[in-house]
Amino acid sequence: MSEPFLSIQHVRKSFGATTVVQDFNLDVDKGEFISFLGPSGCGKTTMLRIVAGFEQPSAGRIVVGGKDMTSLKPNQRNIGMVFQAYALFPNMTVAQNIGFGLRVAGRPRAEIDARVAEMLALIKLGEFGARYPYQLSGGQQQRVALARALAPKPRLLLLDEPLSALDAKVRVSLRDEIRAIQRELGITTIFVTHDQEEAMSMSDRIVVMNAGRADQVGAPFEVYNRPATRFVAGFVGTLNVLDAVVKDPASGAVEIGGVPVALARSLGSVKAGETVSLALRPETISMTHEAARSISIPCTITAVNFLGSVIRISADTGGNSLSFDTFNNPAAPPPTPGDRTTVHFSPADLLVLQA
Amino acid sequence: MRKFWAWAAVIFGMLYFILPLLGMTEFSLKMRRGVYSFDAYAKVLADPRFQETFAYSVGMAIATIIFGVVLIVPTAYWVRLRLPGLRPYIEFITLLPLVIPAIVIVFGYIRLYNTSSFLPLTGSATGTNILLMFGYATLALPYMYRAVDTGLRTIDVGTLTEAAQSLGAGWITILARIILPNVLVAVMSGAFLTFAIVIGEFTLAALLNRPAFGPYMQLLGANRAYEPAALAVIAFAITWGCMALIQVVSRFAPRAPAQLH
Amino acid sequence: MRLPLDWLGVAPFLIFALLFLILPTMNIVIGAFQNPAGEFTLKNVQGLFTPSIMAAYWISIRISLASAILGCIVGFAMAAAVVLGGLPNWVRSPLLTFSGVASNFAGVPLAFAFIATLGPIGLVTVFLRTQLGIDLRSLGFNLLSFWGLTLTYLFFQIPLMILIITPALDGLKREWREAASILGATGRQYWTMIALPILFPSLLGTLALLFANAFGAVATAIALTGSSLSIVPILLFAQIRGDVLGDPHLGYALAFGMIVVTGIANTIYIWLRARSERWLK
Ligand SMILES: Nc1ncnc2c1ncn2[C@@H]1O[C@H](COP(=O)(O)OP(=O)(O)OP(=O)(O)O)[C@@H](O)[C@H]1O
Ligand SMILES: [Mg+2]
Repeated sequence: MSEPFLSIQHVRKSFGATTVVQDFNLDVDKGEFISFLGPSGCGKTTMLRIVAGFEQPSAGRIVVGGKDMTSLKPNQRNIGMVFQAYALFPNMTVAQNIGFGLRVAGRPRAEIDARVAEMLALIKLGEFGARYPYQLSGGQQQRVALARALAPKPRLLLLDEPLSALDAKVRVSLRDEIRAIQRELGITTIFVTHDQEEAMSMSDRIVVMNAGRADQVGAPFEVYNRPATRFVAGFVGTLNVLDAVVKDPASGAVEIGGVPVALARSLGSVKAGETVSLALRPETISMTHEAARSISIPCTITAVNFLGSVIRISADTGGNSLSFDTFNNPAAPPPTPGDRTTVHFSPADLLVLQA
Repeated sequence: MRKFWAWAAVIFGMLYFILPLLGMTEFSLKMRRGVYSFDAYAKVLADPRFQETFAYSVGMAIATIIFGVVLIVPTAYWVRLRLPGLRPYIEFITLLPLVIPAIVIVFGYIRLYNTSSFLPLTGSATGTNILLMFGYATLALPYMYRAVDTGLRTIDVGTLTEAAQSLGAGWITILARIILPNVLVAVMSGAFLTFAIVIGEFTLAALLNRPAFGPYMQLLGANRAYEPAALAVIAFAITWGCMALIQVVSRFAPRAPAQLH
Repeated sequence: MRLPLDWLGVAPFLIFALLFLILPTMNIVIGAFQNPAGEFTLKNVQGLFTPSIMAAYWISIRISLASAILGCIVGFAMAAAVVLGGLPNWVRSPLLTFSGVASNFAGVPLAFAFIATLGPIGLVTVFLRTQLGIDLRSLGFNLLSFWGLTLTYLFFQIPLMILIITPALDGLKREWREAASILGATGRQYWTMIALPILFPSLLGTLALLFANAFGAVATAIALTGSSLSIVPILLFAQIRGDVLGDPHLGYALAFGMIVVTGIANTIYIWLRARSERWLK
């Protein structure tokens, strides 16, 4: 097994009596794009600032390229960082901002100019070198901040919610641009966000954080489809939680609203007669019957939300409430609340949630 | 390490400020040989000249405040409401008294408003009092205008005015019943600051020959030893009181500016 | 028809400013270029260039400059200590309140306080002499001197600086420091390349203000020194009181000179500010 490029080992951070990050472990390979995803206040920024060196961990180590960096000052770490509020230096032009890292490193003038030109081309702001930050839009400022962070060729790039101050359109286009630049340069990147769509669409792997811990680390597909904890399941994507009564734990036989269901796995330590929580993604439920969707449950429609290409329908199965999606079909109007229907799903799509 | 230097800077600085205050207080208590006493204070407070000049200056301060409020609140309001383009120029004018020395301004008064001029204010005591009050208002202009303008920034002048007009209010009513109460905290801050400035002011009063508290203190300082220190303590207490009052009224300021959109 | 009516609203203020601020100043300026018969002359201004008047200007400028620069440095250090030095919160608000008081505690009582402290029988003077055997007078210190006056002026200059620069320091974003440091800059590079250039306009403006503040200070100087120290405001005061120069129009020239000096200080400020502030909106 090859040595990871960045290794965060058993990091804990406490401010006074409150512990904000606990036992955080993560290995990142060279060139990987990792997202920290989690609700507000879960410690994402704090963890990122520990990697950057702005905060000292109360315990644990940060190792980059085999070297312990825990006690190095931020300016000795050779890391690039992009802040939520751009943090461009207002007294410097775009070009001076981008060249700042090289200038303080004492690089020759010609080298700085060349690198700045290269960076301006990379972020497609070639004409804007002489402008001041206040003369740029938010999206342009954040691109300059990215170029400034990348100009000194850092070993690691950290981004703390770089898109959250921008409007929706710019956010999506800049998201793709950041990912493209990251791929082109092959730079190892940690991206902090509380927007799951952002994390899903950009990352090689996602770290889902909850109250200072990394609940799950995995590729977007894995985190979405096989959430490790109830928190991850609930936080990433929308989820239907169904109560099921256990019939035979060994074989995985349960009953949902009186309908017998055979789960694809055994339920281990749970006893017969107890209730377990099962989860279903909305897109795995359908009103049309197919061979694979072997479970059918009757229900009453309670709400219909027309979202454009997708229609989200809520229904009551007598005890459990479900929501599921159907695609818009101009030829067939959606059901209306009060309609009775039957929904179908496959037992393989049911996720068993640990308590 | 940074904290050490921070403490060092603050403590060293405060030492510089505390020593003179300590010095004047100690000195003011030393009038009776060998023991600390309030003799100097008793002497000062019993002096009829003290009472007269102090009363005169308090009266002048109050007059200045009233005049300042009546002049500045409508102006600042009007500029915000109707002539926003004029604001930088008005602001520039209000800052001039910080740049032109007071002694030059009062020199100009003496020349411009002497007995043989178009407006012979210095000809009579009343006229001179009025001139002095205008002078004080000029000195207080930068502070007063700034305070009122800042206060107006926190309310939506346009909407309030339109709302009042739609209910049939006239300009005087709007100013007195709507705008003034809304900027009262700011106005009072400006007023207490004006009070602190006027009470101890020396140059204008001395050169216009008015019996104010500032020239009285200076006269006493030239002739006595312990009483001036007692006066300095009293003056410091007044200044402190004015600043404390500003803090107190600021407590009552609406914390989040009430914005109407 | 709307415009003239709108202007009517600011008319009282403009008339007041004209009558009690601008015309009096203009009057002095014009008077400086008139002889007693009212004809134009440069004689009065030329009359300023005598050694004694020049010396008065020179010492005034030096005291004002020294107290402004020292006030800026010390006030900056104290404000920076409170804003950036990580001091507990309860230090800040009392310091600002105190600064409000001290910046207004000028004039006659301030002079009394310093006489009672550093005068011949002042608290500190006596303490140093009797307890530590240090005789300030024999060391060349005299309250009625350049340094004595400067030291006294600092009592209102420092707090004024603190009051003005604290909001400016608050305006320095933490991210700027962090961005600089993660880009490899040292603390010193952050200050010289980012923080000080950003603060420069405020620093400069305060310097100009403190300079004018000290240059026009009459009461403190008179109460402290009587007329033993010949600085411009004292000279002008004596001239207005009793025409000590023996020529009223020379007095106008003297006052005109004061306007010129503070005017130059502020022109330098505005010019430097315009140069340094291209990056501001
Ligand atoms: N310097 C500090 N002192 C005390 N508590 C702090 C400090 N910095 C952060 N915290 C606390 O640590 C917790 C985690 O903060 P952090 O900024 O890491 O959250 P976050 O996950 O980035 O949230 P958000 O999405 O809102 O940015 C919060 O409860 C916060 O109040
Ligand atoms: Mg955060």
